[in-house]
Amino acid sequence: MTTTVVAPRTERQQKPEVSDRAKAETRLGQKLVAPAIVLMLVVTAFPMLRALYLSLFNYSLTAPEDREFVGLSNYATALTDPLFWKTTGVTVLYMLVTVGVELVIGFVFAMVMHRVIFARGVIRTSILIPYGIITVVSGFAWQFAFSFQNGFVNGWLPFLDTDFNWFGDTTPAVIAIMVSEIWKTTPFMSLLLLAGLAQVSEDMIEAAKVDGATWWQRLWKVVLPNMRAAIMVAVLFRALDAYRIFDNIFVMTAGAVNTESISFLTYRQTIEQFQLGIGSALSVLLFLSVLVIAWLIVKLFKVDLASARQEG
Amino acid sequence: MTKPHARTTARRAGALAAALVVGATGLTACSDESGKPTLNWYVNPDGVDTLTALAESCSTDDYDIEIQLLPSGATDQRTQLARRLAAEDSSTDLMSLDPVFVAEFANADWLERLPDEAASAATDDDVLEGAAETVTWDDGVYAFPQWANTQVLWFRKSLAEAAGLDMTQPVTWEQVIDAAADNGGTVGVQANKYEAYVVWINALIQGAGGQVISDNEAGKDAKIEIDSDAGREAAAVIEKLAGSEAAQADLTTSNEGTSLGQMFGGPGEFMVNWTFVYQNYKGLIESGDITEEEFADLGWARYPATVEGEESKPPIGGIDIGVGAYSKHPDFALEAAACVTSAEAQVDLAVNEGLMPSRTSAYESPELAEAYPADLLDLFSQSVDSGGPRPKSAYYATISAAIQSVWHAPTSVDPDQTPEESAAFLREVLDGKALL
Repeated sequence: MTTTVVAPRTERQQKPEVSDRAKAETRLGQKLVAPAIVLMLVVTAFPMLRALYLSLFNYSLTAPEDREFVGLSNYATALTDPLFWKTTGVTVLYMLVTVGVELVIGFVFAMVMHRVIFARGVIRTSILIPYGIITVVSGFAWQFAFSFQNGFVNGWLPFLDTDFNWFGDTTPAVIAIMVSEIWKTTPFMSLLLLAGLAQVSEDMIEAAKVDGATWWQRLWKVVLPNMRAAIMVAVLFRALDAYRIFDNIFVMTAGAVNTESISFLTYRQTIEQFQLGIGSALSVLLFLSVLVIAWLIVKLFKVDLASARQEG
Repeated sequence: MTKPHARTTARRAGALAAALVVGATGLTACSDESGKPTLNWYVNPDGVDTLTALAESCSTDDYDIEIQLLPSGATDQRTQLARRLAAEDSSTDLMSLDPVFVAEFANADWLERLPDEAASAATDDDVLEGAAETVTWDDGVYAFPQWANTQVLWFRKSLAEAAGLDMTQPVTWEQVIDAAADNGGTVGVQANKYEAYVVWINALIQGAGGQVISDNEAGKDAKIEIDSDAGREAAAVIEKLAGSEAAQADLTTSNEGTSLGQMFGGPGEFMVNWTFVYQNYKGLIESGDITEEEFADLGWARYPATVEGEESKPPIGGIDIGVGAYSKHPDFALEAAACVTSAEAQVDLAVNEGLMPSRTSAYESPELAEAYPADLLDLFSQSVDSGGPRPKSAYYATISAAIQSVWHAPTSVDPDQTPEESAAFLREVLDGKALL
């Protein structure tokens, strides 16, 4: 199951005595994969390269004939614009808070799903339900929940006025968006963490128990270090997702009161203002920042991705 | 070991291929090559029942008209239509356009320019001036005015009485805000970060004798006028309301719908809103949400003045019907557009949906006289005739978004800073030097 496409090739280079049959099989495999690769190139690589190309132009969809080559000046405009840095800051805030909270709650859920002895299916399913709901739908649901006209949140929080407008100011609006995001994606986090928990050998926990380790010590010294790779994968996936947050903002505030993320800023330039040049430049910058975040997380957890895969 | 897996993948691929084939067949089934053509009419979701009936009655032996729904927000409607037209979509035959986007679409060559005969019919003397103005661009006519929207000041008569405000005379924003605040009422406006907030700002500025931009034909090089005394007067009104007891709790996220509910609860409100309000409240009597007495307490007056002594400039909205430049059947589409904007069609829209006509003759029809009080009809047609349109520019969407960006939230508007800041920002955005 763990054999990958890359592995046999390196083996073959080391051991030249590969049979004709194996070679033929490899060739057949390559032929079979070729259509998929071509399709991938067309649907992913082409738009990416096209975005890179468009980012060098001043290009408005409403005036296509006025398109002019401007070099890197779109990047300069974006990187020197205070709005870009403000939205980047807000986006990082969304990412740090939601991933942090989701990691804690998600771990608790994973423990529950892992250890539960009765009604296992029902409990696991109910924990996973929010993840099955479309983000736009959950965004609307939470928008109604936070609305002071017909929502319940103000009624449940005794320290708030009944007509407190959650979407009227930056802080409450950002909190509302984060709540919706956390509610929706925590199950995903817990699912990934559950996979990690399942990898931790019961023998080790048993041994720690025999040695007199408390529950807390077992958690910190045995369970968590042994599921580091799974935690990294979970954090990596969620952080990259969270950095591209869009749906909840679009539905709940439409970017008002400084709640917009970098994805939303890109959307507005490209889709709403039809400024394909600067919009493409922003999406390239978004792509680069996602790469940086991925690199940082991999470094932070000091996990070799390849070894993480082998554990699975 | 990998075999079962491979088989599932193969099966999945097979299913996907089958789905694609089915999908493709479904698509081809839509375009009926042999029979009579179907004209697609993209409509905003206001008064869809009547529009559907119109589409049916305007279909002929030569073609059928089919309704396609657009999203509810003006900005989203523009986005969807523009994406189709930028891709030269031949299935966009007719479209309901918010007047502010006619210039942009015409400038991008996305609208069929009306032939002389149709053009003069679309803008003849019967059409109210405010509405006729919205369909012209660059000496050509690019759409047919269908219905004309305008805002008036809706209020609870008892609230105005309690405040001792004489509503037969023009009132100012200041008077209205004070009257509401002193008597426990509120003032309803549209101040979420969206198009209608610009409608309000523009009306306030024009009411003070100013404008957002001038020399509109210059496109990106238009002169920006928002940093003026009129701009400051407008900002002062917003600042006053935002800091007043009369502000509604959801001021920063208010839209056309949010303030409707405040009219008959408690002391009531003053509300600037579009013409649909009358039919909307009238419908609530039947459903039992409000009583006849409450409805009788509903009053209306001309849009409030920004500055005392200066006539207000009520906002103009509505819908114009454009013909797609890439339509396969432009002649049929022009014919159909004329049909769905006829005076009879306009009467139907007004009586059934509360969407007011753009033709004088429609205002004089007996059906309308039965459905609306005479003074309200007068108020509507006068408001459209003397109203102030939003700036007509090929870059209107950019201008609007730039204003929203600086003037939202209304609670942060400051007469000494906001107009100046928004003028500078708008210049930078138009020059492509700042992100929007």
